[in-house]
Amino acid sequence: MTKKKTFLDVVSTNRFIHTLLAIILGFLFGAIFLAIMGLSVGQAYGRLINSVTTLKGFSYVIVYSIPYIMTGLSVAFSFKTGVFNIGCEGQFVMGSMAAAVVGILLGDLPGIVLIPLCFLAAMAAGALWGAIVGFLKTKWGINEVLSMIMFNWIAFYLSNFIAGIPAIHNDGSAEATKSISEHASTLLSKDLIKNMGLAPTANWGILVAIAMTVVIWIIIEKTTLGYELKAVGANRYSAEYGGINVNRSILLALAISGAMAGLGGALQLMGMGSRISVFSSQEGFGFAGIVVALMGCSNPFGVLVAGIFYGALTYGGSKLNLVGAPTQLISVIVGTVVFFISISVIFENLKRIKTRAQRNAEAAAMRRAEEKEAQK
Amino acid sequence: MAKQYVDMQTPVIEMRNIVKKFGDFVANDGINLTVHKGEIHAILGENGAGKSTLMNQLYGLLKPTSGDILVNGKKIEMNNPRDAINAGIGMVHQHFMLVQPFTVTENIVLGTEPRKGVALDMVAARKNVVEISERYGLSIDPDAKIEDISVGMQQRVEILKALYRGADILILDEPTSSLTPQEIVELIEIMHNLVKDGKSIILITHKLKEIKESADFCTIIRLGKYIDTVDVENVTENDLASMMVGRKVTFKVDKPQQKPGEVVLDVQDLHCLDYRGVEIVKGLNLQVRRGEIVGIAGIDGNGQTELVEVITGLRKGTAGHAFVNGADVFNKPPRFGFNHGVSSIPADRQKHGLVLDFSIEDNLILQNYGKMPYSRKGILQRDAIFKHATESIEDFDIRPRNSEKRAAGTLSGGNQQKVIIAREVLNDKDLLIAVNPTRGLDVGAIEYVHKYIVDQRNKGKAVLLVSFELDEIMSLSDIIDVIFDGQIVASIPGDQANENELGLMMAGGGKKND
Repeated sequence: MTKKKTFLDVVSTNRFIHTLLAIILGFLFGAIFLAIMGLSVGQAYGRLINSVTTLKGFSYVIVYSIPYIMTGLSVAFSFKTGVFNIGCEGQFVMGSMAAAVVGILLGDLPGIVLIPLCFLAAMAAGALWGAIVGFLKTKWGINEVLSMIMFNWIAFYLSNFIAGIPAIHNDGSAEATKSISEHASTLLSKDLIKNMGLAPTANWGILVAIAMTVVIWIIIEKTTLGYELKAVGANRYSAEYGGINVNRSILLALAISGAMAGLGGALQLMGMGSRISVFSSQEGFGFAGIVVALMGCSNPFGVLVAGIFYGALTYGGSKLNLVGAPTQLISVIVGTVVFFISISVIFENLKRIKTRAQRNAEAAAMRRAEEKEAQK
Repeated sequence: MAKQYVDMQTPVIEMRNIVKKFGDFVANDGINLTVHKGEIHAILGENGAGKSTLMNQLYGLLKPTSGDILVNGKKIEMNNPRDAINAGIGMVHQHFMLVQPFTVTENIVLGTEPRKGVALDMVAARKNVVEISERYGLSIDPDAKIEDISVGMQQRVEILKALYRGADILILDEPTSSLTPQEIVELIEIMHNLVKDGKSIILITHKLKEIKESADFCTIIRLGKYIDTVDVENVTENDLASMMVGRKVTFKVDKPQQKPGEVVLDVQDLHCLDYRGVEIVKGLNLQVRRGEIVGIAGIDGNGQTELVEVITGLRKGTAGHAFVNGADVFNKPPRFGFNHGVSSIPADRQKHGLVLDFSIEDNLILQNYGKMPYSRKGILQRDAIFKHATESIEDFDIRPRNSEKRAAGTLSGGNQQKVIIAREVLNDKDLLIAVNPTRGLDVGAIEYVHKYIVDQRNKGKAVLLVSFELDEIMSLSDIIDVIFDGQIVASIPGDQANENELGLMMAGGGKKND
């Protein structure tokens, strides 16, 4: 079939192109806002680009992107398996806190033991936070979105509570935990940072994030586990008919998704903060994960790229006030991008109306071609 | 009845030499159609023959590449459905377009709301709806919410909506595909009321029986080409079928005599509840032996669906046993039954039978994805999965070819069913349960499905067939078990059954024979 593809065809079927279009539109809207405010578009966007293209700037971008990649993976995995992990935020906080507790209390252990232990504790905490919600859903049919939002707040206050426990709490005046043991830090060596001129928080957490990207991709695409989870996500009835344990699958999907968010919390703590403050509001890493998953088309490698892009926007955005542009410009851009990705439904429907009638005809033609073949 | 109301002097629709091309291929190739006032005109063709394309042109959704459309003798150019509606044409689609939480009246006036000043005049609207409903015997409650009424009623609402907008010519697209037998009878009556009043109806269908029962004329389309327009009175169902598929069709299934073997499925005193928690299967007993087809005849809602769900592990029962090869599958998960010899063609192929978003190759391993050679140590073996799909597509004539990676949802209904049959037949289990296996399929596909079911029997499998089509039960079954009110009330050898007697027992008129 040699049919010329229209613009609509491409945008509605190729999600990559569609996302790219949404991003371009995002920057366009940002530009309009800048123009309205009487600021130079070129200067602001120039600053944005300059600030992330130096080696130091880029190392900042990478550091910033690590938690976004992890929460993005978490949400993307949940999308693929038919649940919507809006509880990513809480799982992230739980992971962070678990890693902090281990990193403080077992601080004497050597790094080679302590670091994996912190990771495991964080993943377990995140997985537990996801699995509890899954349990409530499968056991009593409690809507997972509602319980997740509540679990986000439970995690938030639990974290603040734990930060106040004497064994964990900073002895000084800061409303925060002690710093984790240096053995649990994922920072690159001071010399390396200095010699290469990297960001002072440059750490190797990105390697873990990349590894997890591959792991999640393998689970989704290559394993029977992924097959089960996707089947349940796509049609739980036929999955059940096919002999898949639906409840177990939902629990597992949420646990894996939660583990990714929890690990993200650990990576953020061990590479950036080294201690947990008593929060006055949610940090939003989990919610950013939803944006990243959307931009990454729920594909693990897409999420990796989208996470870095989001990191770049966040870091670059923080430099915008140097040219007099408001940092909130980034929110305008991101909001617009999300908006245009989300309305993909419109593109798809436009396309569907056009093709609905066409499909019958194509089926007929295909049969006819086959019939001809058969006659030969 | 036939042609009683047809006014042959007054053609209301004339489609002349309609050609519709999509790129290289011709979907409609010179089709002629004339419909008169007061006529029910059936358009018959297999899935994909070009029926819907033709009707979409009449309804303004598509523009013909060439050819003329005349409405009431005047040539008309239709650019969108609004033009068609203004010309007095209404269409009832296969899938209804109703707002579920709205009432019947609200749905009907949607888009053409009567006003009194700025306010909505629902009183006038309701009165109008009631009036039309009464005139054509639709018996619709104007205040019922759509979500509370049956599919058959929803269809009447769609018909009423078209009439409310002044349609004189109604296009009904596969109107009976989701109706119960009783609702079909009522629909045919409504159609007769409409033509009596001078309306005309175009009926798109592939069900021969309904054409014989309701239509005056029938136009047959095959592979986009106009075959013929016939007076329905002068042709048999067999003639119509042959014209539709282009070869002789046999409705008789070739079934050699054979002695059944040992019992495979043994259901004992089974009880279960329906979705409302009311007992629907009430102490049912049933046996199926190797090499025989046991058909369950019954009116929908007498427990047959729930019975199958219990045997296949999708529903929990309250008491009883269901032995398959000696293992009690009662209240065990689906995989337990599968491992002990249960395979099934589920009633709802899109809900249970297939994961529509999954590719064909992935659907073909729905129960076996965890087994060699499709996976090893938890890793899917894509080459083996692909090879299996390629072979199945070839062996089971799934079309289009080379569709291993295509989503199952893009296939036609008949080919979706072929995917399920391929999977279940290749599972090679001792028991095959088939529930309404030919629902919504066209003649060619029905023939195909029946052949595979009988093949399984001939190979010595036990087959349990549940169907609402009495013809299907009667032509395939070695033994017919009649289900009524959650029990088997009669068990009759297939060759001794007659339709009237069965019908009576299905309605509860039979005596229990155990």
